[in-house]
Amino acid sequence: MGLNKDSMGMNAVDMGLVMKKAHDSDRVIALGGNPNVGKSTVFNELTGLRQHTGNWPGKTVTNAQGSCTYKNTEYVIVDLPGCYSLMAHSTEEEVARDFICFGRADAVVIVCDATCLERSMNLVLQTMEITPNVAVCVNLMDEAEKKKIKIDLQAISEKLGVPVMGTAARSKKGLDELMDTVSQTIQGGGQCPVKIQYPDYIEIGISKIKPLIRETCEGIVDSRWLSLMLLHWDQDMHSFIGRNIKENFFTNKNIVQTLSDIKNEFTSRGITERQIKDDIVSSIVHTAEDICKDTVSFENKNYKNKDSKIDRILTGKWTAFPIMFLALIGVFWLTITGANYPSQVISDFLFWIEDQLLVFFGWMNTPQFLTEMLILGVYRVLAWVVSVMLPPMAIFFPLFTLLEDIGFLPRVAFNLDKCFKKCCACGKQALTMCMGFGCNAAGVIGCRIIDSPRERLIAIITNNFVPCNGRFPTLIAIISMFFVGSANGGAASVLSAILLTAVIVLGVFMTFVASKILSKTILKGVPSSFTLELPPYRKPQIGKVIIRSVFDRTLFVLGRAIAVAAPAGLVIWIMANVHIGDMTLLAHCSGFLDPFARLIGLDGVILLAFILGFPANEIVLPIIIMAYMAKGNILELDNLSVLKQLFVDNGWTPITAISVMLFSLMHWPCSTTLLTIKKETQSLKWTVISVLVPTVIGIGTCFVFTTVARLISGI
Amino acid sequence: MQNIEKLSGLNQGQRALVIDIHSNDSMRRRLQDIGLIKGTEVSCVQKSPLGDPVAYLIRGAVIALRHEDSSCVQIRMLRGVSNGVK
Repeated sequence: MGLNKDSMGMNAVDMGLVMKKAHDSDRVIALGGNPNVGKSTVFNELTGLRQHTGNWPGKTVTNAQGSCTYKNTEYVIVDLPGCYSLMAHSTEEEVARDFICFGRADAVVIVCDATCLERSMNLVLQTMEITPNVAVCVNLMDEAEKKKIKIDLQAISEKLGVPVMGTAARSKKGLDELMDTVSQTIQGGGQCPVKIQYPDYIEIGISKIKPLIRETCEGIVDSRWLSLMLLHWDQDMHSFIGRNIKENFFTNKNIVQTLSDIKNEFTSRGITERQIKDDIVSSIVHTAEDICKDTVSFENKNYKNKDSKIDRILTGKWTAFPIMFLALIGVFWLTITGANYPSQVISDFLFWIEDQLLVFFGWMNTPQFLTEMLILGVYRVLAWVVSVMLPPMAIFFPLFTLLEDIGFLPRVAFNLDKCFKKCCACGKQALTMCMGFGCNAAGVIGCRIIDSPRERLIAIITNNFVPCNGRFPTLIAIISMFFVGSANGGAASVLSAILLTAVIVLGVFMTFVASKILSKTILKGVPSSFTLELPPYRKPQIGKVIIRSVFDRTLFVLGRAIAVAAPAGLVIWIMANVHIGDMTLLAHCSGFLDPFARLIGLDGVILLAFILGFPANEIVLPIIIMAYMAKGNILELDNLSVLKQLFVDNGWTPITAISVMLFSLMHWPCSTTLLTIKKETQSLKWTVISVLVPTVIGIGTCFVFTTVARLISGI
Repeated sequence: MQNIEKLSGLNQGQRALVIDIHSNDSMRRRLQDIGLIKGTEVSCVQKSPLGDPVAYLIRGAVIALRHEDSSCVQIRMLRGVSNGVK
């Protein structure tokens, strides 16, 4: 859940990489690597940017680029999507491959995981086949040291024929040396990358094609690599060549003839296309094995034991689910308890400012309507949003980031996968749901980690069932007002946390129901295969987490809420003060909505607030309060009990409260999320369905609940 | 397909060598990407609480696979308990 300008909205979706050089003399460095090897950390440390990091594979969903100056040279650094291979099986791999081939990078740095070096070598070797200007950055050296893994970087460098540098990017170690090496790589060349030896029949094939295409490839792409690609080419290769190389290979009779001759020969020898592919991959994997054989040694053969022990508890048969619930309750309890006091302080302060503003405006002789519009309209909604939203967010985000950094989220996906399978969906959906807790738009973008298009759509459409940060405070406020009012002190906050967890669990349950329904109707299909990596647990850097989550996430989300709240406050004030006939515009609108809203346990004002809250869910509760206050005459809202009184005076019962919570959990996504869905799916149809699914389910649930509850209670 | 040992039949703590992969193309690629090819050593490290998926140690990384996918991987059981390193 990286929440910043780049991961949201406009900049989030373009998968093609466009480079922005400031000067022609700028050098371009492409940063590639497997998912979850600390690539983004290296990027952040080099550029000073704050690309989101976390301990699970796939969190970098956007392409970032930044610049840095090292020894008087300007570098543009491009963060490529994390991938395991350049065979272009997925969009990420395709983007990475195309950029390495044609992005005209002066050097490619492949970031590797020191604790899992052999696997990272795969990508290094594949990159070296495309370009000789490769430098290898073995990151997480500190972790390897802790696990007593010894790596002989010098020996690896000699075997590979390209420079290899060790770094520990989290503690900024080795980055200067890395930049030194990279600048040498750019200037000096001098690399003689090891060639991968393929089985004879493939080598012969390459030697036949290579001379034919060498001239065309000159200065564009490595001819040996392209020959290899042509040998096992699939449909994808056609468009790749068409896009990037001017001369059309497939109208050149000579090339086409040679290729088909080679393929015929393969077929007559009983070599299938699958075998060619298998043999190519095996050759690369075996080369990687060979490079790491004598250069990486494990002094402590039981280095995985600690992780296994934690896993046995966090994913154990009897412990996994209780721990997940407790973690959720714990996070909410801390959020609610911790937010109470600062909320009150901020609220007092902001309303004190309101009084001062009123005095000031009075002194300025500002016209009455303008004063009321600006202060009772705009300022008051702003104050509400800030005092209600800021403290829970500032506590929730860091806590959640901690769980993310430790490596807990992939375990949640591991535990819940079977449920997703039952719904014919993907286990990684659990990760996208976790991101949804932060912001549904981020969750929707995060769905890119799901490869199957069908399962990705399911995850996108159902992401809204996870209440985002904008909806938590609404839920917390209603829970505190209506359901724990009688309990006191510590018990009250624990009870609130449990109730909030229950609401979340209901949301998760509805996600399963909706996923299942979608899988059986408009998105029919069987669960597809996938691999889920469980990364090693990492000790989080608590200080950094707090700073990062407060500045990058909290302030960003709050800023967006404020930007929306101010005009919304204005609109509400105008609606409450413009009279048509003998009623205000607000009364007309809410009156119009009222009969329907009553059916689902709400009232016209609440439904109107949800509709006006379309730009951001944060402002729903403030709008309700504003609207009620416009009707009545309560001016000071000191605490929740006054607020509750306001609601009760306007006809709220516990049934209303539950209906509002249900509807808050299940209604249309906010405008930012919808825009993101539109961009991610490239389809109006799926965007509309993403509105309909949660809305219909929400209205249905509220209607059934209200009807039954009214029958039972006789209200 | 009787008598063929499958990865899905591996119990926690046991290790095995991969003999062949019978998965469909996309899964083959994915497995190959993480280094699971013929001759790779795999050990079973952790079952999820509901029994499926199961996490395997493959070339130093822990990867979870669903039963459907792990049953496409043909293996030969190795004696001795995995020590976590190949």
